[in-house]
Formats: sequence, structure tokens, C-alpha cells
Amino acid sequence: MRKLLRRPVFLIGLVITLALFAIALLSLVWTPFLPTKMNIVHKLKAPLDFGLLGTDQFGRDVASMLMVGAWNSLSTSILAVLLGASVGTAIGVVVAMRRGWLELVVMRGCDIVFAVPPILSAMMLGAFIGSGRFTAIIAIGVFMVPVFARLALGAALQIWTRDYVTAAVSMGRPKAKITLVHVLPNISNQIIVQVTIQLGLAILTEAGLSFLGLGMPPPTPTWGRMLADAQTFLGQAPWLALMPGLAIALAVLGLNMLGDGLRDLLDPRDNS
Amino acid sequence: MISILIRRTLSLAVTLLIVSLLIFTVMDLLPGDPAAIMLGTSASPETLAALQKQLGLDQPLPVRYLAWLAGAFRGDLGQSYTYGVPVAGLIGERLIVTLPLALIAIVLSVSIAIPLGVQAARKHNGVFDFVAGLFSYISIAVPAFWVGLLLIILFSTMLGWMPAGGFPGWDAGLLAGLKALLLPAVALALPQAGVLTRVARAAVLEVMNEDFVRTARAKGLSEGTAIWRHAVPNALVPVFTMLGLQFTFLIAGAVLVENVFNLPGLGRLAYQALSQRDIIVMQDVVLFFSALVILMNFLVDLAYLVVDPRLRAGAQ
Repeated sequence: MRKLLRRPVFLIGLVITLALFAIALLSLVWTPFLPTKMNIVHKLKAPLDFGLLGTDQFGRDVASMLMVGAWNSLSTSILAVLLGASVGTAIGVVVAMRRGWLELVVMRGCDIVFAVPPILSAMMLGAFIGSGRFTAIIAIGVFMVPVFARLALGAALQIWTRDYVTAAVSMGRPKAKITLVHVLPNISNQIIVQVTIQLGLAILTEAGLSFLGLGMPPPTPTWGRMLADAQTFLGQAPWLALMPGLAIALAVLGLNMLGDGLRDLLDPRDNS
Repeated sequence: MISILIRRTLSLAVTLLIVSLLIFTVMDLLPGDPAAIMLGTSASPETLAALQKQLGLDQPLPVRYLAWLAGAFRGDLGQSYTYGVPVAGLIGERLIVTLPLALIAIVLSVSIAIPLGVQAARKHNGVFDFVAGLFSYISIAVPAFWVGLLLIILFSTMLGWMPAGGFPGWDAGLLAGLKALLLPAVALALPQAGVLTRVARAAVLEVMNEDFVRTARAKGLSEGTAIWRHAVPNALVPVFTMLGLQFTFLIAGAVLVENVFNLPGLGRLAYQALSQRDIIVMQDVVLFFSALVILMNFLVDLAYLVVDPRLRAGAQ
């Protein structure tokens, strides 16, 4: 525990991330006001004038919208990263097991997938199957596959050179079993660190998609769309553009710090 | 060197071909008929059939792909459905906004990141290092489009120094054009600067204790000169690698920032094409952006070979 306290990056990251999750979960059972309830009489109120953070152009409570936005942003991002991490890691460890031409093809494929930004693939998908949470998850998740495939491949290849793996091979253990018993558990730390960091990236991307109207449809509150709506009222109500952006930045900051802290904790060699 | 160049160029060509094939196929596999999507629900069957024929949708996929590819080689990317003009012209028209925007952002981010990263490495674990670390943490976490909104609030709504958006065109003069691109470029550069500062700091820290830097110091150069002349050039390689890797994010950022500032660039074109259901324009812009990312990474690879003779030997 004392060791933990000497790691401010990890601690700050952990606190912010826990707060984010707590707010997101709380929004499922309680918000100060109904986030979709319009109240035109009280529209565009400044923070503390009405509710904690004021109201938007329809008189909806900004604090409540932010809370629900936290849940929408987190749940979409988590699903997207889980999709990318599971598919990518599976590809990575299988390629590490087989190697040969497969490695070349998969790595090239990764370069290619990585060349299409998720915003653009979400636009393409959106045109055909409509935009929404599903489109956002697929677009972000697919973009994450190469990240995890490369990471898992690199890490798994290192494990394959270890003595205990060589021993297992010479004892005639099937490669698939070695992958499950030795490789996956030993690369899981690196994958977990990467999941945390990619979660931050997913939140940023999801916010961008919602900002462009490619995320969850209205009236579901999302941080990105709150910013898009605020753009019309920059002169009248600049605070509307402040809070959702701060929420995004804090969430990403927390996750990035947590990821960095976890990396230091889990990998004592890299303590420079 | 020349044989490496030929091999890399061939591999680039193959990658670009695969990307184009992939995007073409994915667009084809997605449910929905592009012609029907473009026309909406109220179109008569005759109009639909006519548009399908015009788009060549009655042909099988390989034929369409080859026709499109042959066109692309001639600089013909097809006809925009909503604008009624060749897509290649549209892209060119928008590129003269997006390209300068991206270039200014890159120059800005590098000129923030290198001094910051170098200084942080020199004052390793000191106050400056802490501040630089804080800067990169925060700038990586803030969305570029939000920074854009904040800049508009500060510099145009409150201070009235800058236009809130729009682009006067290069005909209005170089200065007016650059002025319109300045705030968007700052918004776009900030997250990049955060990432690059980290990389620059780590890279300088790594080479700072190498023999050649120690020798430079031992032969009487001041620490500053030793670092800027000997450590920094070596540390530039990882910085430029990161710049190449980050190019995808720069483009994604440009799409958003162009929409915030109402700039008539490629990102805005893609967005408009989406809302107008102009599938051909969207497909071409996505392909163009992807090709740009791949080309950028190719150039970074080549730059290594020029900068670092050791890699030339390794690549043989």
C-alpha cells in the first residue's frame, strides 16, 4: 500500500477513473433531473442559476445530461475496446503460434486497417446501416484490432522464446494448449494496460463521432452532441461548451494516467 | 539503396491496391443499394434504374472495380452525385485547404514538442520536466474539436481578434487565408504536441548518456551545444516515426476541426457527402485519406534510410 501511495500518477488515474465509473453507474438509477425533460421557461440558464451546471437551449439539466453521457460514452467505449482487444489478441497469439506467411499477411492487413481512421469508417458504415451505438462500436472496435494484434504478436513471440515454453514444446504439448496455458496468461498484463489506454482513445473517438452526429441518436445525451449543440450558443452560453469538453478530457486523462500507472506497477523493469 | 527503393515502392503499390480493393469490397458488401440510398425513398423505379446504370451498378463487382481503378489512374474518380462535377476536381479544390491546415499543424506541433521535450529531458525530474509532463498528459486528453470551440470562444466571441470560422479562399490573399487556418491548426496541433513531447523527451533521455554525447561534452562543447547538435538529431528519428503513426489521428482530427471552423476542406467534404448520401464522393475521400496515411508512413520509412545509414545496411 505504501508502494502505491508513492505512485501519484497511478493514484490520480485510479481516483478519476473510479469517479467516472461511479457517476456513470449512478446515472442509471438517479440523476438530479430527467435528462431528456425539456423546460423551455428555464432555457440557457447559467450554472447554479438552475441546477448545478445550468440548462441547455431546451431547458434540460446539464448536470443530468453529463451523468447519462458518462454512461453512454463509457459503455460504448468499453464494448468497442473489448471487441478490438479480444479479436486483436486472438489474431496476435494465433499468428505467433503459426508464424510464416500468415505473419506477413496479417501485419500488412493491420497496416491497412490502421490507415482508415474510425471517423471515416463510421461515416461509411453510417451511410449504409445508419449511425448509432452499433456503428460507433464497430468503427472504433475494428480500428483497435490492429493495435492489439500487433501488441499481442510482439509479446507472444517473446514468450515463445522462453525456456519453459521450449520445454513444453519438447514434451510434445500441442501449440494451441501452450498458447492457452503459457502465452495468454503471460501477456495479459500488457493487454490490460493497453485496454486502459485504448479506452481513453475510444472515449475521444466516440465523442468525435457524436459531435458529427454519427453516434447515438437524440434525445439520448452524449458528450459529443452536447458540444455540437453548444456550438450554436457560443456567444450566449459559452459554459455549455465548457462542461462536456471538461468531462471528456477528465475521463481520458484519468484512464491514460491509470494505464501509465498500471504499466509501471506491472512491469517493474521499466521504471526509468 | 536503389534496390531498396524499388522494393519499397513496389510494396507501396501493392498495399495501395489492396486498400482500394478492400474499401471497394466492403462498400459493396454492406447492405443497401448505393443508388437507392442516394435517391432516398421517394424515387421512382425508373429513376433508380437509370442511376444504377449511370453508376455502373448493373455490372459485376470486378468489372466495376477495374473500371474505377482505370479511371483513378487517369485522374478520373467518377462524378459526384450531388455536385454534378468530377470528384477528382472536388478533392483538389478541398485539398488546398486541408493540406495547408495539416502542414501548419505538424510544424506547430513539432516546434512546440521538440524544445519542450529536450528541455524536459535536460532538467530530468525537475520542475520543468513535471510541467512538460503535465502539458502532455492534458493535451493528449483534450479533444481537438473542443479546443477549437474554446479558441473560438476566447479569440472571436470574447476578444474579437479572429474569425469564428469560414475560409476566405486563397484569392483573398495569403495572409487572410493563413489567418483563417491559424486557430484550427492550433486546435489540431495541441494533442499531437502532447504525444510528440513525450517521445522527444524519452528519445533525448536515451541518447543523452551515449558515448558520442559524452565525447562532445568532453571535447569542450557546452552542454546545450552538445545536446542540440548531437543528441537532438539522433532523437529526431523516434519523433518522426511518431509523427507518421499519428497521421491517422491528424486526419481524423482534421475532419472534426474543419467542421468546427466551417472550413471547406476534405473532412468537411466527407461529412457533407455523408449527409447528402453522396456515396461516390465518400468512397473516394476515404480512399484518398487512407492512401495519404499509407504514403506518409512510406515517406517516413524512406526518411529513415536517408537519415540513418545503419538501417540501409539492415534493409539489404
